[in-house]
Amino acid sequence: MKQLVILSGKGGTGKTSLAAAFAHLAHEGSIPVRAVLADADVDAANLELVLHPELMETHDFTGGSLAVIDPQLCQGCGDCERACRFDAILPGLPYQVDAIACEGCAACVYQCPEEAIRMEPQTAGQWRRSESRYGPLFHADLKPAQENSGKLVTLVKQQARLAALDGDYPLLIVDGPPGIGCPVISALSGADLALIVAEPTAAGVHDMQRILETAAHFRIPALVCVNKADLYPEAARQIEAFCRERGLELVGSIPFDETVTLAMMNGEPVTAFNPESPASREIIAVWQNMLAALAIQPIPKVKEMT
Amino acid sequence: MKIVLSVTAPGIEAPIDPRFGRGATLLVVDTDTMQADAHPNPGVNASGGAGVQAAQFAAGQKAEAVISGDFGPNAFDALKAAGVAMYLYGDCQTARQAIERFQAGQLQQVGAPTQSGHHG
Amino acid sequence: MRIVVASGKGGTGKTTIATSLALGLAGDGSAPPPIFVDCDVEAPNAHLFLKPLFEQSQPIGIMIPVVDEALCTHCGKCAEVCAYHAIAVLGQKTLVFPQLCHGCGSCTALCPEKAISERLDPIGVIERGPALEGIDFRRGLLDVGKPMSVPIIRALQKQVTPRPGQTVILDAPPGTSCPVVAAMQGADYLLLVTEPTPFGLHDLRLAAEVARELGIPTGVIVNRDNGPYPDLETFCRSSGLPILLRIPFERAIAEGIAQGKNLVEIQPEYGERFRQMFHQVVRGEKA
Repeated sequence: MKQLVILSGKGGTGKTSLAAAFAHLAHEGSIPVRAVLADADVDAANLELVLHPELMETHDFTGGSLAVIDPQLCQGCGDCERACRFDAILPGLPYQVDAIACEGCAACVYQCPEEAIRMEPQTAGQWRRSESRYGPLFHADLKPAQENSGKLVTLVKQQARLAALDGDYPLLIVDGPPGIGCPVISALSGADLALIVAEPTAAGVHDMQRILETAAHFRIPALVCVNKADLYPEAARQIEAFCRERGLELVGSIPFDETVTLAMMNGEPVTAFNPESPASREIIAVWQNMLAALAIQPIPKVKEMT
Repeated sequence: MKIVLSVTAPGIEAPIDPRFGRGATLLVVDTDTMQADAHPNPGVNASGGAGVQAAQFAAGQKAEAVISGDFGPNAFDALKAAGVAMYLYGDCQTARQAIERFQAGQLQQVGAPTQSGHHG
Repeated sequence: MRIVVASGKGGTGKTTIATSLALGLAGDGSAPPPIFVDCDVEAPNAHLFLKPLFEQSQPIGIMIPVVDEALCTHCGKCAEVCAYHAIAVLGQKTLVFPQLCHGCGSCTALCPEKAISERLDPIGVIERGPALEGIDFRRGLLDVGKPMSVPIIRALQKQVTPRPGQTVILDAPPGTSCPVVAAMQGADYLLLVTEPTPFGLHDLRLAAEVARELGIPTGVIVNRDNGPYPDLETFCRSSGLPILLRIPFERAIAEGIAQGKNLVEIQPEYGERFRQMFHQVVRGEKA
């Protein structure tokens, strides 16, 4: 089983639109590939808005723990406040915990002479298994303002991976989160290949370099495709030059195409909404390149969708 | 000798679980008697550092080897420090099969982490 | 006044709005130029638009344990108290896993042998310098391969001490989890940038929920507005979120931003529009 993760560094470059199109092409393209899908952007999970899956199971996700001070036992000595390095203890009688600042380390619990503080595990979100028309989808919702998004990403991916292994699926497609920090590292973990969706803007070039460095740091092979490629040709050329210099393969240049937004408004992958649109044609070519890079099939000829 | 395996259920016929830190059960097998004791994996619900906890468990059991599907960098470093050898399941399906192949010297030993890390 | 610019979804134009607002206020003349803080430490971009000259750089890290093996008896107390399993005793060795450590100090404090000291484990830097129009620019930069961005955002927040009448504008990272909350802490007003699409609306809902949880007054800016999107209007109305500004979808704007220009540079009238929006917000907050 191969694991493909779609990332970008910068948000809003079109990761989810591409992931949805890949899900469609895996299922109905010229070379069908059975794929399990995972939405690893647990902060803002959008893949389901395009795939309209049927929900099969929901499970609570327990994140970290939170310190709770028993107001009856607190004597107001302030040892907890001094022990806390996250400014999460608010002085007063009784002392109180700032639930948002609390890191769940329990340093205050160990220092409280009255044993007035306990740690309470928090339900930080939920993860779900759904059935979409293109295959099983594993996704999650982190409750707003929660920690541990990396752990939830890991959980979603593990469930997806087990389902792929159990069901003998040759491919797992992971729609990744923006950035380069904890949830991105979790999304990259164990991937066979990362597709970096770069946007030809000053900001896009900058962030593409950061995510490519991150993939290299964790020794995950990466390929680049440019989205909205004709928006600013100079930046597109910069991306090309950067890839050439680093020996990275540029696997496609998807043109700016209103059809992508229209497809999203209609809740469909763009390749299903209009396979003949300029963006769809290029995404189909990118997909064929992905299959070749993952060695899932012998290198296929790029051909039209039927 | 003692070997620790990550599995999905108790018993020597248990199906393997490729996840070392987050597999449901850790099976401690005495290869002389083939007795298999099942323990809940301490890492399974950890909010981070699952591999470290599973490694600590294996070291505490005085295991000489562990068999699993994957070893992240933290579990790898921990097991290496504890002097516990690491082996990969390959295409083994059950714990018994993995032990037999281990004894026959047919399992691949791990010299470097097989995965990049997880983070909480 | 401390204004945070955020959005659940990435790529909606947070940085465009935040930098244009900063330039609009800097052009006002009646108040000191604002402080600008780029809190998107994983993918910072505001410097591309405000062109600061960095004069100061400060490493940021967390304090991680260092075990003195000569004193350590391998009793296991440190591993027992660590909530993150970032320290482990394995036979006759005690190992620290810096990537898992949150720097809480419990192992140091509770080691019965006093065998643990601490060292700074760098995770990134904070940089500071003057930018266009006298803006006091700061940003954080997370090192590649490091998971935790929150300590850098907290350090940025702590160093912001505005002069009287000086506005602080913070550009938040995308999402709704801990780094976003760290950026929103202490805000007087929150500007949520969205785009009129199902993805934009879905993520706006989540971001608005975070704002409600934190109790921060909030307004919405619709970017790339290309005609009515009734679901968005309905949501804003029913949630009591005023739509403060609409920026139309125009290829000229998209191309200008792609080149690293901000809105005020592309269409100078935006300077005045952002100033007006700011005064509307200030009036609303005083009323």
